[in-house]
Amino acid sequence: MARSNKPLVWSLFAAGGTLAALLVPALVVVTLVVAYGYLPAALDYQTMHAFAANWLGKVILFVVIALCLWHAAHRLRTALHGLGLRADKWVAKAGYTVAGLGTVFAIVYLLQIH
Amino acid sequence: MSHRTIDLEVMRYRPEQDDEPWVQTYKVPCEEDWVVLDALIYVKDNLDGSLSYRWSCHMAVCGSCGMMINGEPALSCKTFIRDLPGDVIRVEPLTNFPIERDLVVVMDDFIEKLQRVKPYIIRDESKPISEGEHRQTPAQLKKFKQYTLCINCLCCYAACPQYALIPEFIGPAALTLAHRYNQDSRDQGWEEREDVVATNEGIWDCAFADACSIVCPKHVDPASAIQQMKISSTLSWYKNLIGLGGKKR
Amino acid sequence: MNGRPYVREVRTASWYFGRWRDLHHMLNEISSIFIGGYALILLWGVKSLAAGEQAYLAFLDGLTSPLSLTFHWVALGFTLLNSVSWFGVTPKAMPVQIGDEFLPGHYIAIGHYVAWFCVSLVVLVVSGVFSNG
Repeated sequence: MARSNKPLVWSLFAAGGTLAALLVPALVVVTLVVAYGYLPAALDYQTMHAFAANWLGKVILFVVIALCLWHAAHRLRTALHGLGLRADKWVAKAGYTVAGLGTVFAIVYLLQIH
Repeated sequence: MSHRTIDLEVMRYRPEQDDEPWVQTYKVPCEEDWVVLDALIYVKDNLDGSLSYRWSCHMAVCGSCGMMINGEPALSCKTFIRDLPGDVIRVEPLTNFPIERDLVVVMDDFIEKLQRVKPYIIRDESKPISEGEHRQTPAQLKKFKQYTLCINCLCCYAACPQYALIPEFIGPAALTLAHRYNQDSRDQGWEEREDVVATNEGIWDCAFADACSIVCPKHVDPASAIQQMKISSTLSWYKNLIGLGGKKR
Repeated sequence: MNGRPYVREVRTASWYFGRWRDLHHMLNEISSIFIGGYALILLWGVKSLAAGEQAYLAFLDGLTSPLSLTFHWVALGFTLLNSVSWFGVTPKAMPVQIGDEFLPGHYIAIGHYVAWFCVSLVVLVVSGVFSNG
């Protein structure tokens, strides 16, 4: 039996999981406030645009989006397998494709902001 | 000593008579200091000599008497009746294994996997006796000591949802023993074992449900061993990727 | 009579019901759907930011929909669960040996919970959630 290539996706899953655990609940609270119709000061167009135009801001946004997508794509495999779906190959392909496309689009969009 | 009479519900299966398992209830007058195994021994000695179960040491050392007690995998010699609620106790053979007879399961699958992970010290060249023993510091011993406590009772396999869903999964106890030897400063078999454990049905089928560690009667913590293996395998995978790998791949 | 060892059936799609340990594991796995979904919302936000102020305002407006509100509450629940569980088992994946002894696992866990609290506080303060909305 050959050694697995899962270390690639697993490392993204693990890094994404740690980042998501640290950051995502707070981010959800921020946009939850928006969902109720209030706009936190830093979320107005000028501030957010300036943040995303800054290279550090770009890196932060990219890392959060890409790692969370890869984390989700990988974990979705065990989640759906556990829920009874026995098509792991297709779940993996679909999940990693979405994560890969999301990663590419994140770069494209972020580079358009200056 | 006060007696307490319990209904001991035992899952029975006699392959030469039964099509499927069924439940037989025995009334057992228990002593205050009895464990579940004592109740089974009482049944066998006084009520029904046909009941089959495995046991040997009666002191949580041999690992023979693992079974489902009120739905949880546990050693019947370590589970006190006074700690269980109510007057009905249900015992069943360990889940995720075929039932050989009554509470006895077929453990061939585990034995085969255990051999596959090479759970013994591997040396490139064995050291002549004249050179003396392999010495170890307390810190080196501590790295793997906990994993030597495994008694192969298979409670972890009965608890593991991944093993239930994927029978090929090498599983908690066998992987943990691989880690135990990998962590041993005297051992040089990491590469050999990696070919067995760094596979899809090895460590990568583990979903870190942590059930194995929660039920382990010896506090071995297989989940910890497997996650540590995932990290070291991942590091070596990246090293190989950029060409810094070891001797073979 | 069967004559052979008896193989019990595994409930392949509903095994996690009936035991909190298993259900908890399944809920943790399912949290990935909401973390992934939230990442897509962020990606949508970045896309709108790149497209200009009109698009960004439309994105913010979209967040106020009932669907978004529902998603946010459910996602908050699942991500909180994920954070608590994730840091709870981090010591198992990364045990720390100092000298002869291993650092007690709860030290590592508590360290992560403290870091989580600090990061969350910074995010909430910097984003202006506590100031006049």
